Amino acid sequence: MTKKTPFTLTRRHVLATATAAALAAMTGIAPAHAADTIKIGLIASLSGPSAKSGEAITRGLTVAIDEINAAGGLLGKQVELLRRDDENNPGKGLVAARELVQREKVAVLFGGLQTPVSLAIVPFMNQSKAVFMGPWAAGTPITQNGAKENYIFRVSAFDSMVGVALVDRAVAVHGAKKPGMMLINNPWGESNEKSLLAALKVKGMENAGIEKIEQSDIDVVPQLTRLKSNGADAIFMVANVGPSAQVMKSLERMNWNVPVVSHWGPAGGRFSELGGPRAKDVEMIQTFTFSGNPSPKAAEMMAKLKKHFPEIKGEADVTPAVGIANAYDGMHLAALAIKNAGSIDGPAVRKGFYDIKSYDGLIKTYEMPFSPEKHDALGPEDLVFTQFIDGKIIPVK
Amino acid sequence: MLLTSAIITGLGLGAMYGLLALGFHITYVVSNTVNFSQGSSMMLGAVLGYTFAVTLGWPMPFAVILALALCGVFGLAVERFLVRPFADRGSNAWLMATIAGGIVLDNVVLFTFGKEPRSFPSPLATDAINVMGVGAYPLQLIIPVVGIVAAAIFSFVLRNTKYGKAMLAVVQNAEAARLMGIDTRFVIAGAFALSTMLAGVAGLLIAPLFNVSAGMGLVFGIKAFAAAILGGITSAWGVVIAGLLYDLVEALTTAFLGSTYTQIVAFSMIIAALFFMPNGLLGSAGIKKV
Repeated sequence: MTKKTPFTLTRRHVLATATAAALAAMTGIAPAHAADTIKIGLIASLSGPSAKSGEAITRGLTVAIDEINAAGGLLGKQVELLRRDDENNPGKGLVAARELVQREKVAVLFGGLQTPVSLAIVPFMNQSKAVFMGPWAAGTPITQNGAKENYIFRVSAFDSMVGVALVDRAVAVHGAKKPGMMLINNPWGESNEKSLLAALKVKGMENAGIEKIEQSDIDVVPQLTRLKSNGADAIFMVANVGPSAQVMKSLERMNWNVPVVSHWGPAGGRFSELGGPRAKDVEMIQTFTFSGNPSPKAAEMMAKLKKHFPEIKGEADVTPAVGIANAYDGMHLAALAIKNAGSIDGPAVRKGFYDIKSYDGLIKTYEMPFSPEKHDALGPEDLVFTQFIDGKIIPVK
Repeated sequence: MLLTSAIITGLGLGAMYGLLALGFHITYVVSNTVNFSQGSSMMLGAVLGYTFAVTLGWPMPFAVILALALCGVFGLAVERFLVRPFADRGSNAWLMATIAGGIVLDNVVLFTFGKEPRSFPSPLATDAINVMGVGAYPLQLIIPVVGIVAAAIFSFVLRNTKYGKAMLAVVQNAEAARLMGIDTRFVIAGAFALSTMLAGVAGLLIAPLFNVSAGMGLVFGIKAFAAAILGGITSAWGVVIAGLLYDLVEALTTAFLGSTYTQIVAFSMIIAALFFMPNGLLGSAGIKKV
């Protein structure tokens, strides 16, 4: 009979367990496609709390790619979309980027909602001389990354421009004099801390404190109580759906009716349901909405979305519309860049972006959207403030 | 106001960590093994509770009892398939097996329940009541009571019931207990079922304050394990008190120093506590006979 040895938990076991967990959490990689197509990559959250963001980008890209293919494709080839799930994990995003760039030879790689994931991929893309297009993640250093040869482009809002917009709104509409900040504790939060402080400095305003929120925070009353006791008269919120919902629930519990001016984090999911009765009070920035949009292009896009995705019945089913619109315009701009380049060679496509003269897109008409000094196609004039009401994102009246 | 709100926050969440940590404690003392899918068991309780009460619209008491019973079944399965085959051979592979089991469960739930977090409505987390000038949901006040009552019941059962005494006998010497006619396999399996049910209780209690999603258990499981180690995994009261203390320290740090320092202070406290008390707050050193 074998004698059991008593087991004692040691540091080594705990370490081994943590390593094993990390390894086990890694998923397999899909096999390469062999068809002779122009490949476009997408690395975004396709599962987890931000899954809706990945779905939105996929929808925008799919409609754009179908239009491009219907018009004869690119460089005589059909365009194909290859998607990988980053699971909100920068490490996994980087592994997927290596696979898509080195093995699949994608012409352009699209990113997702998460700034930390994009920031992890950016240095690799610049080193590989491969083009990255950001359709959502708003961290300023994604495009302003200091690389000598910058291969990173973006069709989205970015934090330094959002910071100015949030401060302007808090002052102009809510008369804020001493706003406080509730920021997610990650590089996206840090990026916004810098941009909000810079925007406040320009106006000569002080702040009531900078508080951090964790992804798993259930109760953020202690942070909010600090801001309240420091005299905060408005709150700048920068966090994704889950933590933003916890902020609104905590405000409800405190019965503190302070204006909340937010980055677009809450737009990525069921914020109306998760944030409780105060969810509708959040004023958040967007680059595009279907609701209240008189543009015929918006109506046309909605019709195409319904045709492509039968599960879309109305505006409530396309709630993170920014992801759809940014990805759609980003894909068409990338197609123009590839056409200009005449190949999928990274440096040529990069130059192809600079050579785009004009494009009549869904968000706006882009005139010379990119230059070596300007890798962001959108500006402050493209931002619109919205509210999340009954699952729909509606422009604030 | 800062102090009161920090205490309410700390006690409510700390008791939840305490319940999870109590689950770690129960299996450890009985079988020298730990169920590392405890976070996933907590998620299972919340997801099943949501599915029965909200999606299917069944009465809440029935939904809760059924959810907890199924959590217990999961615990039995963990013991039978992920722990026993390895522990019987004297291998520590159950460590990896229970983690893998948790990941499998998380992914099964991801594909069946869906990718998006859902809100679990509860009348106990709708209207805030005033507690010394601070708004709190009744549920936040109930969670610490449940945690302390669970620890008290566990201590009582252990010392005053036949099953409890059988557990203590297995803890002391499994082979001798078996020779005395105690069904050690039943006792160990029961301990696993009990531990996952406690995790289920934690999940059901926290869901209305947080949300329900496949990935919700991961961080809670890790923090609860930290609480179990801090409290001394061999003491039921130790792990519950450590759970309360851990979150109290987090909430007080956030309130008085700012949220930038929360994680630094909380985990430094764990390192310092283990440096000065290597067996945890109330734990005792294991005796190794050679």
